[in-house]
Amino acid sequence: MKLDRHTLGFWIVLIGLIVLIQILVSLGILSPFWETLLKIGAVMSIVSLGLNLIYGFNGQFSLGQWGFYAIGAYAAADVTYRWTQMNNASGLMVLLLVVALVGIAFFLTAKLVARLRGLDPLSAFALYIVAVLIAAVIGVQLGRVLIAPATQILSSLPPNLSLQIVYLIAVLLGGCLAAEVSYLFGLPVLTLGSDYFGIATLGFTIIVKVLLDNSDTLLGFEEMKGARGMVGIPKTTSWLWVALFLIIVIILLRNLLHSSHGRAIISVREDEIAAKAMGIDVAQQKTIAFVLGSFLAGLAGGLYAHINGFLHPNTFNFIKSFDPMIIVVFGGLGSVSGTIMAAFTWALVLEGFLRILLPAGFETWRFVVYPLFLLVMMLLRPQGLFGGFEFPYLRQVLPKPYTPKTEEQLSLVHAIEEASEGD
Amino acid sequence: MLSTTPAHSPTQEIGQDGRALLEIRGLTKEFGGLKAVNNFDISISRGELIGLIGPNGAGKTTVFNLITGIYVATQGSIKYKDTELIGLQPHEITRLGIARTFQNIRLFPTLTVLDNVRIAYHTHAGYSMFDAITHSPHYQKAEKELTEKAQEFLSVFNLHTRQGEIAKNLPYGEQRRLEIARALAASPELLLLDEPAAGMNPKEVASLMDLIHFIRERFNLTILLIEHQMRVVMGICERITVMDFGEVIARGTPEEIQNNEKVIEAYLGRGAAALSQKLQEKRSHVAGS
Repeated sequence: MKLDRHTLGFWIVLIGLIVLIQILVSLGILSPFWETLLKIGAVMSIVSLGLNLIYGFNGQFSLGQWGFYAIGAYAAADVTYRWTQMNNASGLMVLLLVVALVGIAFFLTAKLVARLRGLDPLSAFALYIVAVLIAAVIGVQLGRVLIAPATQILSSLPPNLSLQIVYLIAVLLGGCLAAEVSYLFGLPVLTLGSDYFGIATLGFTIIVKVLLDNSDTLLGFEEMKGARGMVGIPKTTSWLWVALFLIIVIILLRNLLHSSHGRAIISVREDEIAAKAMGIDVAQQKTIAFVLGSFLAGLAGGLYAHINGFLHPNTFNFIKSFDPMIIVVFGGLGSVSGTIMAAFTWALVLEGFLRILLPAGFETWRFVVYPLFLLVMMLLRPQGLFGGFEFPYLRQVLPKPYTPKTEEQLSLVHAIEEASEGD
Repeated sequence: MLSTTPAHSPTQEIGQDGRALLEIRGLTKEFGGLKAVNNFDISISRGELIGLIGPNGAGKTTVFNLITGIYVATQGSIKYKDTELIGLQPHEITRLGIARTFQNIRLFPTLTVLDNVRIAYHTHAGYSMFDAITHSPHYQKAEKELTEKAQEFLSVFNLHTRQGEIAKNLPYGEQRRLEIARALAASPELLLLDEPAAGMNPKEVASLMDLIHFIRERFNLTILLIEHQMRVVMGICERITVMDFGEVIARGTPEEIQNNEKVIEAYLGRGAAALSQKLQEKRSHVAGS
């Protein structure tokens, strides 16, 4: 990778900021309150980047991001809860095998569906459901067998190390689970047009919230305690963890967007019919964007669960599902830099500065100030804070101007220039 | 069935090698009770340049949308190199080697000129999602090749100096050129042009006609062209099919079409057609005496 001056500057500033915050936290200058807000900012960045991929880059108006965030949060929390409170790797192994086997089931079913040409979407969906159910049942049974050996291996490690390993895998599995649920959900729903898709995904978020309200009875996870809220999750998410995840997400997302696959995703937003006419499988690109975006939501959920060590279904209320949407639109649709800046601004200003700046007793007025600000912002700058602007590393670099190499190319260019001189 | 279509029967249209590149038989598309296309036949051989003309609402663009899979036909068959196209998805049809442009330009409006062309290469990009997100050496190499090819393509259309420009900011004529460039980047054998000269001034039309001739030679293309401006069709097409109310009303060379009563009637209406015939008779009478 060639580093130009601006890119180098971008990395120095970014890494510098992260290290500086960590030093301030370690020295106790930055209070835990602000540290938490920064972590929330990073988590919201990841959720919103996922949504930006779906909405800003792929053009699918989705309100389901918050539901996938909830799935990731509860799944990851359950894994680490079982490890710390019940001292076994039951959550880890069962989730790992279910996620792996369901992934394989998707792969095989997709091949089967491709071979059975002309299968109508709902029959294909039914096939997928059957495959997933079988894979999940096998996954649970196989996972149970592996609990004892896995617990033994992990217990032999130092407690802090084993916790960090379980945490890391749990967060990744939370993302994978959210991605798999989104794939299944997207099969019938992604064929809908934009507005209808938005409503369907909103419905999804509400379903997830209701299921979580009844997680102890309906789903049978007693440790999630339903509407009373889940407590006792280890507070493993440090500033460095979220910063690391955010950096990796930024790099991978940027790489994707600067590739042919990213351009295919973007072409769907630009003009679906033209994209089809260019040989792009629009349905496939929508699925890819939706699944990747949901993966990021699930990942961020896992990180979020381990910040406060407490999860409540009300956090995942559908009203809050508009938060990432606001951040994405505020930062600028289709701008990675804008989304990150907007997410941190949202977290720091709304819960931080406004709390301090507003006079005592008037803290709740921030929910008056904030919508007003959004209103003015949308009137004055509808393209969002950053519009299409990107920081140096995230910006697409144009290749060098074309220079003909062979004789033939050279003569061609001359001929064309001569011919078009009359224009 | 064939007796309803006047002029040549389709069997006469098959080219020298005896095998048609695209063969449409009995194509019908109904929207509710309306027959937008009715019993449409055409046969196109490799290397031909064929015009499809007709008054507004005759069903020409519907035929294009049926060929490219945007609409599904009610009846009939579309065979491209012995592959039945009906039932295939639009992207699958493009991958078989059929590319098109649109009547109302459909570029990727907020992307750069270069990216517009690079998207057309996606199916031939040849690197995986994993290569893409890691920017592996394989990605670097493939992406570089792809970009160079796209740039060379732009140079053919004299757009290489504008590679970084946002597509929607281009002047109209260049947007048309870019759309053709993008369609060709999908490396088609059959190119469908939907009113390429729409909204162009006479000078732009002249250079467009040169361009169509040029790309046809250089990329070995077979072209099916919808056009409104008679000058373009008469100037470059070898054979013309005329549609009205979803049906073929005439086929033939430009000269034959120009003097076909039914065509004049379709374009001008019955009264004007009669008048034009009278004028013609008078002229031949004068010439004869």
